[in-house]
Amino acid sequence: MADSAILVEGVRKNYGDKRALDGLDLTVGRGTVHGVLGPNGAGKTTLVRVLATLLRHDEGRVEVAGQDVRTRADEVRRRIGLLGQHAALDEDLGGRQNLEMFGRLYHLGRRHARVRAGELLERFGLADTGRKAVKQYSGGMRRRLDLAASLITEPEVLYLDEPTTGLDPRGRAEVWGAVRSLVDGGTTVLLTTQYLEEADQLADRISVVDHGRVIADGTADELKSKTGGDRIDVVLRDAGQLGAAVALLPAETGDVSVDTDRRLLSAPVADRMAALTGTVRALEEAGIEAEDIAVRRPTLDEVFLHLTKGVAA
Amino acid sequence: MSGMSGTVDASVKGTPLGWALADCWTMTRRELAHWGRQPVQVVVGLVFPVMLLLMFGYLIGGGRGVEGDYVDFLVPGMLALTMAFGLESTMLAVTQDLNKGVIDRFRSMPMTNGAVLVGRSAADMLQSALSLALLIGVGYAIGWRPHASFGAFLAAVGLLLLLRFAMLWIGIHLAMVAGRPEMVQAVQILVWPVGFLSNAFATPESMPGWLGAAVEWNPMSATATAVRDLFGSPGAAGSSGASWAAEHAGMLAVAWPLVLVAVFFPLAVRRFGALSK
Repeated sequence: MADSAILVEGVRKNYGDKRALDGLDLTVGRGTVHGVLGPNGAGKTTLVRVLATLLRHDEGRVEVAGQDVRTRADEVRRRIGLLGQHAALDEDLGGRQNLEMFGRLYHLGRRHARVRAGELLERFGLADTGRKAVKQYSGGMRRRLDLAASLITEPEVLYLDEPTTGLDPRGRAEVWGAVRSLVDGGTTVLLTTQYLEEADQLADRISVVDHGRVIADGTADELKSKTGGDRIDVVLRDAGQLGAAVALLPAETGDVSVDTDRRLLSAPVADRMAALTGTVRALEEAGIEAEDIAVRRPTLDEVFLHLTKGVAA
Repeated sequence: MSGMSGTVDASVKGTPLGWALADCWTMTRRELAHWGRQPVQVVVGLVFPVMLLLMFGYLIGGGRGVEGDYVDFLVPGMLALTMAFGLESTMLAVTQDLNKGVIDRFRSMPMTNGAVLVGRSAADMLQSALSLALLIGVGYAIGWRPHASFGAFLAAVGLLLLLRFAMLWIGIHLAMVAGRPEMVQAVQILVWPVGFLSNAFATPESMPGWLGAAVEWNPMSATATAVRDLFGSPGAAGSSGASWAAEHAGMLAVAWPLVLVAVFFPLAVRRFGALSK
């Protein structure tokens, strides 16, 4: 297991009666980006807090960069960076004050801490913030400073807990860009997100988590295949004909999803070409006019809904 | 790893104790930086006890049961009361800190665990020392004259700061137990009667028997009496042939805070460690 930056085996964590982590397993290879995808309350943040030594798990084995998080917490802390859901900054101080303080607490020494703070402010476009207190920063600036603070020691492993929640598209693109350049530098990233697009864009591998357990993992493509492969989308001209068209699709009626607002029918298919030609012919014979017909891979949204529904049932 | 080696090398120099002290100093500097950011808040904190002193000295005045000059009686009482009220400012500050995300970053860093608490206590003790100096200055201005040697004067200041130190750890512990800012208000309301159920403004002999007894055993009263003793002020131990508690105020003024620290310091430190549970 020398190649894994994060190793999680059978981890359990209860809050009173509530099971937050229920036998979770996870292996993250060095230098990769691993996405942890799950609904609210699935246990994503609890997992990150355990990995960041902020929370002690009840059972199981957790190693980060080869160090046990319980018995060698300080060794782990030297090697990790954490970007949580809420800014972990002293909001009453300025950006430079924050970074210099954290640098000293990482034991860089006074001079080195000052130089490092300057470098990071420059790199994240915060060099001109002066003495302005962090609480007066915009959301995007705050998130960039938070990320800078997570990178003071160039950590081996970086945790990003829903890093773009609450950011506008520009802020999101900025964070994504920063993550990509980190990974190019060899950092291992564990990313939790509710945005499937984010996992699809950034992650080499994805673990889908629900009820404190991993219910599926693999690359985005592997996960998409697991849900039954391709889908056919049909957009009708007249929403009134949606009901009649459902029966014409080459799938069980229960598997067809109907979106009335977009006049859209969507269904899983086994054989791409047969489904396409068959559907076109059936609609033509029934006199139902289609605006668009396409066969495509499932989105991660569909994979996700499919997987989480499976567990609930 | 190549990018890291430089920073890791830099971080292994120095002894563990050296780094622990450096962390505590960094966290103390953080609190002082907050003062620089909020000078008005700092000034208000310093002026408030002065206002109380002037209010009781001139407006409410009187001093039931006091033989001698009331200002000489009042000033040492106000000094002790100010130390006792420090409990709520500590609790408020710790509660606010614990509810900030920055605590997560501190706890995920390889720094000394208790440095956050040490920074808080150093800053609070410094603030209290400033507050004492200001109150003593204002006391002089309104005619208070301690009849004490320099050594006795320093001993009195030491006892006052010892009481403040005990209040500090009670405040930190309460903040961790209560956890939420709403709870601070409840404690703030409770601190007042406890502060006033003391001999800060009036002698216990002037109160109904049961109340006087409770007041005499209030740790704050012990400090106030012992400090009056050292300052040679009215209301000192034995000046009115009083109870055991008053007779032994000097001993109690040392023992009470030490007992409180012995109880609340480990509780608070344990609570801080238990944040990870």
